[in-house]
Amino acid sequence: MARINLDVNGRTHAIDADPDMPLLYALRNDIGLNNPHFGCGLAQCGACTVHIDGQPVRSCVTPLSAVGDGKVVTLAGLGTPEKPHPIQQAYVEEQVPQCGYCINGWIMTAAAFLDRKKKPSEAEIKDALTGLKCRCGTHMGILRAVKRAVEMMG
Amino acid sequence: MSRIEKTAHFSRRTMLQAGGALVVSVGMPVGLTTVLEIRNAVAQGAKPPLTPDQLSSYIAINADGSVSAFFGKMDMGQGLFVAIGQMVAEELDVPFKSVTVIMGDTATSVNQGGASGSTGIQLGGKQMRMAAAEARRVLVEMAAEKLGVPADSLTVRDGVVQAKADAAKKVSYAELIGGRYFNVQLEWNKEIGNALYAPGKAKPKDPKEHTIVGKPIARADIAPKVYAQQDFCTDVKLPGMVHGRVIRPPVAGATPVKVDESSIAAFPGAKVVWDKGFLGVVADKEWDALKAAQSLKVEWSETKPPFPNAGALYEHIRKAPVRKREVDTKQTGNVDEAFKSAPRIIEAEYEWPFQSHACMGPACAVVEIKDGNVTCWTGSQKPHFVQNGIALTLDMPKEKVRSIWVVGPGSYGRSDADDAAMDAAVLAKAVGKPVRVQYTREQGTGWDPKGPASVHRARAAIDGSGNVIAYEFTSKGFSRIDVNTNGGAPWDTLAGQLRDVALKSGDGFGVPAESYEFASKRLAWETIPPLLDRGSPLRSAHLRDPVGPQVHFASESFMDELAAALNLDPVEFRLRHVKDARDIAVIKAAAEKAGWQSRPSPRRDQTGPKVSGRGIAYAQRNGTRCAIVAEVEIDRATGKIWGRKFTVAHDCGQIINPDGLKHTIEGNIVQGVSRTLWEEVKFDAKNVTSIDWMTYPILDITETPESIDVVLINHPEIAPSGAGEPSIRPVAAAIANAIFDATGVRIRRVPFSPDRVKQSLS
Repeated sequence: MARINLDVNGRTHAIDADPDMPLLYALRNDIGLNNPHFGCGLAQCGACTVHIDGQPVRSCVTPLSAVGDGKVVTLAGLGTPEKPHPIQQAYVEEQVPQCGYCINGWIMTAAAFLDRKKKPSEAEIKDALTGLKCRCGTHMGILRAVKRAVEMMG
Repeated sequence: MSRIEKTAHFSRRTMLQAGGALVVSVGMPVGLTTVLEIRNAVAQGAKPPLTPDQLSSYIAINADGSVSAFFGKMDMGQGLFVAIGQMVAEELDVPFKSVTVIMGDTATSVNQGGASGSTGIQLGGKQMRMAAAEARRVLVEMAAEKLGVPADSLTVRDGVVQAKADAAKKVSYAELIGGRYFNVQLEWNKEIGNALYAPGKAKPKDPKEHTIVGKPIARADIAPKVYAQQDFCTDVKLPGMVHGRVIRPPVAGATPVKVDESSIAAFPGAKVVWDKGFLGVVADKEWDALKAAQSLKVEWSETKPPFPNAGALYEHIRKAPVRKREVDTKQTGNVDEAFKSAPRIIEAEYEWPFQSHACMGPACAVVEIKDGNVTCWTGSQKPHFVQNGIALTLDMPKEKVRSIWVVGPGSYGRSDADDAAMDAAVLAKAVGKPVRVQYTREQGTGWDPKGPASVHRARAAIDGSGNVIAYEFTSKGFSRIDVNTNGGAPWDTLAGQLRDVALKSGDGFGVPAESYEFASKRLAWETIPPLLDRGSPLRSAHLRDPVGPQVHFASESFMDELAAALNLDPVEFRLRHVKDARDIAVIKAAAEKAGWQSRPSPRRDQTGPKVSGRGIAYAQRNGTRCAIVAEVEIDRATGKIWGRKFTVAHDCGQIINPDGLKHTIEGNIVQGVSRTLWEEVKFDAKNVTSIDWMTYPILDITETPESIDVVLINHPEIAPSGAGEPSIRPVAAAIANAIFDATGVRIRRVPFSPDRVKQSLS
């Protein structure tokens, strides 16, 4: 056990935890952020995706010791209904999810991608999102939403 | 949609209490004199019980005039609750926005069967429509009494009853009954589950009058998910709750013979729960529970590996004894005679593997046992049956068990959710604390109930003029109900089976649902025994459109084989033999929208490494019809298939919400493509070896179709049938037929993985 400071969504949280514990469990159980989700614990699906210093990472395999003073942003910190990230707004407008358990992966990965790549092609969008999983099969809606967000971001 | 904290403390009482909850007794004659305060009503035994024969079990008017619709079926993400809200608002003549559909809590809704067989609208909506119509009738009669105007001279607009002749004479639903219960008896057919039906005296509206039904109203549950404001069943947290994990055997069927609890002593709060084959651990913190489950030293019984070599699966099915054979009652002509005399016989066999639900998250449940009452929070699509299952598992009266659905990580049938609920119950009872169980990914994919593997034999007799004079189709496979469609009994869950209750495998399969007419025809199915009599990771159960994809992959591939053998265009061949007018309409609509050019398959005009083709398939499903034209590209060098474009014509009778329907169809097509191209549960003699997304791949975003064109055929005059699953049914055959069109090669085993395609093409 160790005293660990985490910068999450602009706030510092001090927790006592095993440095080997993945960030996901600290976010969910110690800090009380119910997003992101546990999907596989193997970095294979993306349901646990958060940003650390603007980069999408799979929090289920990222030990606390590797987070350091990195700035963690979760889906809750990406935007709000009043001030949404364009990809969140597009997701609602396109009515994308069915169960919605996977959306951390798609939204956080797409947000980080669109922040660094303006006007991507459809193929570039697909490549940026490859490997993420959606079992309900909302792939069509996901791509529509990302393209809509691209347009909104100009 | 609400946060968990609110859900946990929600009750019918709080829904109504704003106006001081009362019971309104509406017998004959109708009048306010029969209104009783609820405390008096309870004292007199008059508070309506939560039973299927009470109007109050479905509809309540709150003090502010808003409407609560208590729905005993479930929306698992396809937007069903919007459609139900539309049907209720329509019949009640209230704005859509004033209706809240409340579902999944055994304390607030009766058992209408949960999510089941795409019957949410077909059966569940039918009941809600009748209940809402009855509520409107009763309210109008109450208004007639109050206003002194005959009921037939009244009309309702936005929840206000007013005289047709004098709009000043009016009274709102809120004024009439807001915050008080209906006390109206319905004519219940004494069934529960899907078959429950309890109409009142009212007739529902003529569809021509519909103004809310048929509109593309958006879902309200999406924004909370997108802004991280919606909790899932994985997020339920209770005071004093500990974290549980279960441990499954390395060889299916093995049981623990020695468990060393001291091996996990270092983890705070760690305890072992061991009962025959059931083994679990709890710990105070989740990470510790996970590590404890990994660290626990267990000696397992020596067990003979129970499974056939995976490569021999289909041989196993072919040779296995037939436990039950059922021939479809619509048999025509003398099939056996026709085959004896026919100059030409065409035969083929098709194979479909075990498939996993592979939900996005492995199942999770929380169970609390407090003061003799059990509460379970579950992602199960049938929470009322979870209530039954827990009562039997813990040997408690059902009335002491409450089961609350909270949105879970996807649900496409009898997934691992019901097993997790029972595991949590067993652990909670053993340790005397609320327990949250979440499975590992390995358990979620490796140990969920599986869609059954099967072999399908089709043959047709052709006469000298090229007419099909006989058609026979027989499926043989594992039952779709090794475990039942729900976790309602110990023999249907792993917690029960591992504690030594033997599986009670039922016999269920299915036949092609179509309207092909031939001089003689016989459709049949045969089931074989399960591979293990309890605790099997290959126990089979319902997975989206139970056995529909496998049966119609085979039957609709075979229709294409017949068309090709007779040198006929596949659409033309179908139209020659399909007899149902609505079937014909979907086939024509899909072909027309796809720009189908009439010619036989294969096309034979392509060279080079990349070829493309088109294929059609169609099916019925409990009243719904769906035809799909698939256009695919095949990379001969890699064997990779891309389902480039799908054109879907869909007729489910009256459309309640075209927007929700289109999204539902898209999801079905994509999941159907995934199951066709990639999905196969692999196993060795000891256990299932498909245990994560690498060993059980699904369709990647880079493989998404370029377009899915949906043609919705609306029949407002025909009662709505299901839409949750029918459109997944013809996907595999449409793809197989398109591959044949492109290459001239017929692939008869799913999945069409690159290796298999490459092998087939070489």
